[in-house]
Amino acid sequence: MATKAEVLDFIRIYADKMAEHRQELTDLDQAIGDGDHGINMSRGFKAVIEKLPTVYDKNIDDILKAVGMTLVSTVGGASGPLYGTAFMKAGAAVKGKEELSDEDLILAFEEAVGGIQLRGKAVEGEKTILDSMIPAINAIKASIAAGKSMTEALVEAEAAAWDGVEYTKSIIATKGRASYLGERSIGHQDPGATSMAYAFQAANEVAAKAGN
Amino acid sequence: MVGIVVVSHSHKIAEGAMELAKQMAPEARIAAAGGMEDGSIGTDVSKIITAIESVSEGDGVVILVDLGSAVMSSEMAIEMLPDISQVKIIDAPIVEGTIFSSVEASIGSSFDEVVEVLAGAKAYKKF
Repeated sequence: MATKAEVLDFIRIYADKMAEHRQELTDLDQAIGDGDHGINMSRGFKAVIEKLPTVYDKNIDDILKAVGMTLVSTVGGASGPLYGTAFMKAGAAVKGKEELSDEDLILAFEEAVGGIQLRGKAVEGEKTILDSMIPAINAIKASIAAGKSMTEALVEAEAAAWDGVEYTKSIIATKGRASYLGERSIGHQDPGATSMAYAFQAANEVAAKAGN
Repeated sequence: MVGIVVVSHSHKIAEGAMELAKQMAPEARIAAAGGMEDGSIGTDVSKIITAIESVSEGDGVVILVDLGSAVMSSEMAIEMLPDISQVKIIDAPIVEGTIFSSVEASIGSSFDEVVEVLAGAKAYKKF
């Protein structure tokens, strides 16, 4: 489960990570894209942090929606509509909730990944955000189905996300700017998969701290 | 009149395409949605929504885009508008498309006619 305070914590911690890893994400993107992923994500989440106090007293779905709306107008690159859609879809999936059960969380993750797939017209294995996100969500579902807690599930989710990031080094980019490079994209780690892995790292840290 | 929105990562590209089109079709209803609020390179969904609303007279709006997130951001903008029936992203070169559609729209052509002319813009040979 996750409380509203934990959801807010997740957003703050993730925003910190985007600021902290700004250069790393930008360097990864410079190798195979247009070199702005870190700049875009940190700018977007800085705007999110500024927006957050205006929605503190709202329900979780309104908070997630506000994050998404802010991202689509402040990130600037493709990650804006992609991450923005993910937050908005996650919000819509938990409408009216002030606290999220494990089922709610899984539904929110599934809606978020479904939104990204539709928006980006992408599938797994194309060297994108999805290559860390899908394995992470599958790990959560498998762990919960096996009777583990969400805290335990998120540990496995983060590990699966980083495995996914590693996997992106071995594949050719067929989506986005990196696809112009074709085979030359092999060997490079996908910046979008990396920024998404940090989202599961943030979620893992929040859950470990809350201990539920 | 059919409205035209130019969406680019660059403020200057969007403004420049509009400037060029206005020279040929001064009455055309064109809006530029280029770059971010702070001047950075990128596309901004709320800027695109505002642009669509500013040129919409009920006869439809065509959107010309450069690449990548310009398409995704425009799709999101369309989804967020209350009436999405006559707003369409066109796969055409951004400068030529802006000029062709502006001229076509300014002579009072319908939404479908403007869309059709834009299909030709993609195949247009420069020499």
